[in-house]
Amino acid sequence: MQNPLKQITPKDIKRSLLMALWFMFLTFPIMVIKVNTITDTVEWRWINMFIVGAATFIFSHVWKVLIDRKEGRMAAAEEPEKKAEKVTLRERLEEKPAIVKTGSLVILGLAVLFPIMTGMYQTSIMITALLYVVLALGLNIIVGLGGLLVLGYIVFYGVGAYTYAILNYHFGLNFWLALPLGGIFAMALGILIAIPVLRLRGDYLAIVTLAFGEIFRIVMENWNALSFGPSGIANIPRPTIFGLDFNLKQSTNLTYYIILVFVVLTIFIVRRLEDSRLGRAWVAMREDEIAGESMGIDMGKTKLAAFALSTFWAGVAGVIFAGKTTFINPASFTMWESILVLCMVVLGGMGSIPGVITGALIITLLPEYLRAFSEYRMLIFGAILVIMMVFKPEGMIPAIRQKYEFKLNTGKNRKGVK
Amino acid sequence: MAPILDVKKLRMDFGGLRAVNDVDLHINEKEIVALIGPNGAGKTTFFNCITGVTRPTAGDVMIAPPSTGKVERVNGMKPNRITEKGLARTFQNIRLFQNMTVLENVMIGRHTRMKAGVGGAILRDRRTMAEEKQVIEDSYEVLKKLNLEQFVNELAKNLPYGAQRRLEIARAMATEPFLLLLDEPAAGMNPQETHDLDETIVRIRDTEGITILLIEHDMSLVMSLSERIYVVDYGKLIAAGVPEDIKKNPEVIKAYLGEDVDA
Repeated sequence: MQNPLKQITPKDIKRSLLMALWFMFLTFPIMVIKVNTITDTVEWRWINMFIVGAATFIFSHVWKVLIDRKEGRMAAAEEPEKKAEKVTLRERLEEKPAIVKTGSLVILGLAVLFPIMTGMYQTSIMITALLYVVLALGLNIIVGLGGLLVLGYIVFYGVGAYTYAILNYHFGLNFWLALPLGGIFAMALGILIAIPVLRLRGDYLAIVTLAFGEIFRIVMENWNALSFGPSGIANIPRPTIFGLDFNLKQSTNLTYYIILVFVVLTIFIVRRLEDSRLGRAWVAMREDEIAGESMGIDMGKTKLAAFALSTFWAGVAGVIFAGKTTFINPASFTMWESILVLCMVVLGGMGSIPGVITGALIITLLPEYLRAFSEYRMLIFGAILVIMMVFKPEGMIPAIRQKYEFKLNTGKNRKGVK
Repeated sequence: MAPILDVKKLRMDFGGLRAVNDVDLHINEKEIVALIGPNGAGKTTFFNCITGVTRPTAGDVMIAPPSTGKVERVNGMKPNRITEKGLARTFQNIRLFQNMTVLENVMIGRHTRMKAGVGGAILRDRRTMAEEKQVIEDSYEVLKKLNLEQFVNELAKNLPYGAQRRLEIARAMATEPFLLLLDEPAAGMNPQETHDLDETIVRIRDTEGITILLIEHDMSLVMSLSERIYVVDYGKLIAAGVPEDIKKNPEVIKAYLGEDVDA
């Protein structure tokens, strides 16, 4: 590859200069003028203008080089011979499933030891992160595999949380009973919502589910008799086991292991589903609904199954969430949360399990460890999303399809490589 | 024996537009029948009505599967139910599952002949696994019939155009139809590919015993392939018969073949 600096032409420099001027002009009111309200004077911070100009100038060059490289890669992918030469890390990993297996086991081992190695604070953060992993994996079934854009996913998380909170408040139901019940209630609501929207797709489905999300939140805020309104439900018991009295640290660890088990269970089930008759039907639905129907797939049933299996996990995660925080109110289940989960799926790679997990971990953990920059958190988050969508729209770890190997002339001997 | 597909007075209105106007059509077992007509004549709408993509306004679509011979009315049924009964189709503008592999595309075609549900998918019991294995083998056999086996693990979108067309036929054949409806299978193909397609269609009919109804603009293909031809124009059936008669029919020449086609 050529030295990228050599590719810069006078035309580029002119373009960057213009861009720098434009940004200097745009940011002039906020970066340069500052009204000191105490002394009633205007400060002119000309140095900021210079910084904006210089930063834009440099950044526009970096951007151009990156775009050129991306286009170069795309052009290379068009030519099969070049593509064949380039073996990615991923393809090499595919050939050695043993490495992938040991790697997964090591990660699992580290995850099991995590609460022992670190403190309660870290464990607590990790519980939140893993809750979002379950949520993202659940949403991945509808959005990533089924291709249905659902914006109100957090409703089902809320249903799970409220199931535990309300049933515990009124009937003293314990955590372990609430766990499946939360999942089942969320699933029932998922199916109930899915039935009227069976014929909707794309933007329309997104709007309807968005509305459902808002309805849920507003009902929970106003139905005082049921949900105690915006003040929420407090003193939800933390999960315990065998009726033992746990202190805060012990119950945090227990919650961590519960959610870890559910993460593993979700991965296990979603992986099996995506490589089954039903999973293929979901992908077919994403690719082309009319063709799928004409090939004999009952789209109604397939959609319902996607909603049911997806919302179940949100319900379960909701119960664990309620048990972890011991307090819930409608503010935890806003549209913003739904969008956050959707971002995890899209950023990580739609339909790809490792991708979605990575996306969920990054989006939940990054803000925690970037507390020092908390003022710029949203800025960084936005920038990451924009950069990802421009340079790698298929996500961090894109989904790949199952491959089958055939011996010559016989359709036998299947080898799954994933 | 009753015709395996018998369409009586089929009518389809879109608002004020009558796209299909009282069309009668019947197909006997193991025939190759062509449906031709100028652009916008209502051929694809006719297909959509038969396969359940759109619900016809009036008329009857009767089928009699050769295996049972039982006559059944299918209009208004959902497309997946009709496919289950044994009608399979391809699309004019290729509608493959782009981001699935070639084999998976065909496996989707086997969907209605499979039984596995959610439980089976999660537990992977012996019956589900056996079914999966069978499906993979069957799908591979279908690919071999259409000379697609070298692409087995390619994504459908990466296939050459002609192979994509063949894959559509393979996918439709995987549903085990008794009647295959091909919507412009030769569109965009070069003469060599068209010639191969001609042979493929005849082979499917001869070895698999699948009856074929096709929409086509390529006149040489239609004339050499089909045993009977139906001609529609403005939604109305204007002629029906063997290729020789259709060639000479003045109304057809006026409506369809025009001056610039050497009929």
